[in-house]
Amino acid sequence: MPEALRLDSITKRFGGVEALRDVSFELRDGSVGCLVGENGSGKSTLIKIATGALSPDSGSITVAGHSYDRLSPREAISQGIDVIYQDLSLFPNLTVAENIALASHVREGRRVFDGRGSRRVASSLLEQLGVPVSPDDLVGNLGPAERQATAICRALSQEARLLFMDEPTASLTWREVERLFSIVREVRARGVAICFVSHKLDEVLDISDRVTVLRNGQVVAAGPCAEFDRGTLAQAMTGRSGWAERPPRPLEEALPALEVRELSLAGVFEHVSLDVRKGEVVGVAGLLGSGAAELVGVVFGCPPASTGEIRVAGRRRSIRSPIDAMRAGIGYVPNDRLRDGLFLRHSIATNIVSANIGAVSGFAGRLRRGMMRAHGVRAIESLHIAARSPDALAGELSGGNQQKVVLARWLLRRPALLVLNGPTIGVDVGAKEEIHNLLADLSKQGVSIMMASDDVPELVATCHRVFVLRKGRLVAQMTGSECTQEKLQAEMIA
Amino acid sequence: MKATQPYSRRVVSRLLTIGQSNEFVLVLVIVVLCLLVGLAERNFWNLGTAFDIARNSLETVVFALAFLVVLLVGGIDVSFDAIGIFSGYTAAWIAVSGYYDSDIILAFVLAGLIGLGLGAVNAVIVDRLRLPVLIATLATRSVFVGVLLTYIGAFWYNFLPGQLGDFHYWQVIRVPVGRGSTSLHPLVIPVLVLAVVLWLVLSRTMFGRGLYAVGGDAEAARRAGFPVRRLVFMALCLAGLLAGLGGMVHVSLGGNADPYELVGSELTPIAAVVLGGASIFGGKGTVLGTVLGAVLISLINYSMVSLGVPAAWTQVIVGLFILIAIASQLMRGRRRARSLLAIPSGA
Repeated sequence: MPEALRLDSITKRFGGVEALRDVSFELRDGSVGCLVGENGSGKSTLIKIATGALSPDSGSITVAGHSYDRLSPREAISQGIDVIYQDLSLFPNLTVAENIALASHVREGRRVFDGRGSRRVASSLLEQLGVPVSPDDLVGNLGPAERQATAICRALSQEARLLFMDEPTASLTWREVERLFSIVREVRARGVAICFVSHKLDEVLDISDRVTVLRNGQVVAAGPCAEFDRGTLAQAMTGRSGWAERPPRPLEEALPALEVRELSLAGVFEHVSLDVRKGEVVGVAGLLGSGAAELVGVVFGCPPASTGEIRVAGRRRSIRSPIDAMRAGIGYVPNDRLRDGLFLRHSIATNIVSANIGAVSGFAGRLRRGMMRAHGVRAIESLHIAARSPDALAGELSGGNQQKVVLARWLLRRPALLVLNGPTIGVDVGAKEEIHNLLADLSKQGVSIMMASDDVPELVATCHRVFVLRKGRLVAQMTGSECTQEKLQAEMIA
Repeated sequence: MKATQPYSRRVVSRLLTIGQSNEFVLVLVIVVLCLLVGLAERNFWNLGTAFDIARNSLETVVFALAFLVVLLVGGIDVSFDAIGIFSGYTAAWIAVSGYYDSDIILAFVLAGLIGLGLGAVNAVIVDRLRLPVLIATLATRSVFVGVLLTYIGAFWYNFLPGQLGDFHYWQVIRVPVGRGSTSLHPLVIPVLVLAVVLWLVLSRTMFGRGLYAVGGDAEAARRAGFPVRRLVFMALCLAGLLAGLGGMVHVSLGGNADPYELVGSELTPIAAVVLGGASIFGGKGTVLGTVLGAVLISLINYSMVSLGVPAAWTQVIVGLFILIAIASQLMRGRRRARSLLAIPSGA
């Protein structure tokens, strides 16, 4: 099959820094490629060069047999190279048909909107890809996988031959990823090349024909997917080897840090009983809608349980709000850190002390700025947060570093129990590993950890015990080595 | 086009869509309100009432459309009342000064052009200084009124010359009612035409769809190739034009020109837009909904008067309607969000 795109020996400098050095990359028609690398490895720069947003300092770009020193954005589009960014660039207030058709209308310089034609194009594309969505649905009412499908249809309606998808699975649950992949296979069958830009390793291996790994602006590994496994990919991306060692399992007779009895949240989950021992890492596995994420929220009092009992360190506690939970010695890392976990427009230092204002307050509640900064500096050092200073804004950090800031906030309170909800969503591999190591360290120090997740490998790699929720009920419990990826996955979807 | 569903099912699903639309709910509310008021006050049910309500809605409709156009791109333009009285009063003042023979069409053209000019002032300020529309128009409304009172006139023209003076007596359709007769004001027709034209522009042209796109997600609109800044600029100009026309509706239907009027009454058109289902955050709202919102407000006002309810209560009731309208929209949104959450994806 012919090449859709080939990049030869591309080098790009910004000031004195080499963002890309001697990078070669190729993608054939009707194949799925994957570009993986940690944040800052040069993935975005490479996409921008392939789509004409940046011009390379040296090297050549070959599209459909023609060689270019550089592409203009217009040439890239006319050659059918398109990007779907992580935010998808959709209009939630408009219909699927309008979202698919508007960009090509603008490009053709039309003055009148062709509603009927748009609907026809949209419904035929949706039907070909097997997407169960009506062209008249509002995009704002669609689920994430359908939104991805709408963005893909928009690109196809503009005769895309090569489609870059930037972190397409970052906000999708495991089940939605499956649906997205079946759509991607349909697109591939039409002869369109797709390049995923991702750092979710399992998915990469699942869907791609060929993988290219970038690290510090260089290609460190490339080849057919069959040549890689999870371990070798992770090693190539981070330059380190191995996963976090699971800390030694706490003794059976260790005191329970948390006991949950017959806990229910009306309409979400019912009669859940479980316990977490001192120093134990317990996973709560479940897909979106299973109640897993909501269960750990209830332990932190948001929202409070409908019925049931929560005991912390043997004492019965009434947890009706996050304040109650914090008094009981519980810390909470929410799944949507941008919305629920961080003050994006405030500094790292402010974010870290925000759950512990009393500790940095002086006379009459005056904040002691020096102390706040000192906490910030300490956290940046101990958690390896990539930030210039504690005064940097939380909103400017990458996903992994933001998550570390949220963790640092709770560590400052020295909680006996740390509750996490999807702790590594949207976090790249390197930071993910660091967060896992941190959790293991905390566990060794006797902190109990309860984490909700639908990331099966993560649960298997880090938890001593995993409880599985399905449709609001506790359906399984697996301990240590009996918890394998296959068994866990089967229990989650059965 | 390939039919993916049987015809009957498509009809049903289409009807369901209509049933859930805000416009349908408004029509329902209007009908129910008419029935209720009619039960209490027999004289309510006649064509004269309909004609009066239509006439009373005109000013609100035109101002509300001006507000809607900017709201669609996510801007809150609070200068439409100032632009309205500036344009309406100035056009009347030119007539009084004898520069033209008080031709009603010419008066509307003049007011529209003046409004367009003032809208362009807003547009330039928003575009050049990159100010939020609300901030820019809060400033300009004050400037417009000040300029009007200082340089054009602070005099109340109780009587206007020529057609301007007698336009408010004009009638088109005359229908006998009881012992007398009732008639429709001719201005209803051009305002309806204006609404239809604006509806076509907003729903069928790329300019109109572009306004919705910008209001939905400005960055996505930029990436799709829409000239975002130009669209906002044009929306503000169009709003100025409509506000100018609205000012002339006010002056010509009142038969006099008072520069102290209108400013301070800007909340009625905003209420109409909100009742009509537009989102205060932009990207959502229709011409039909806005017109129905304006009609509902004048219906409430009119029926309260005919039921003998004090005017102050009318305001309370309009306020309650707005609260109910917004709360029901929000609840529908929340229910949908919850149902998305409750159904496991892929099921």
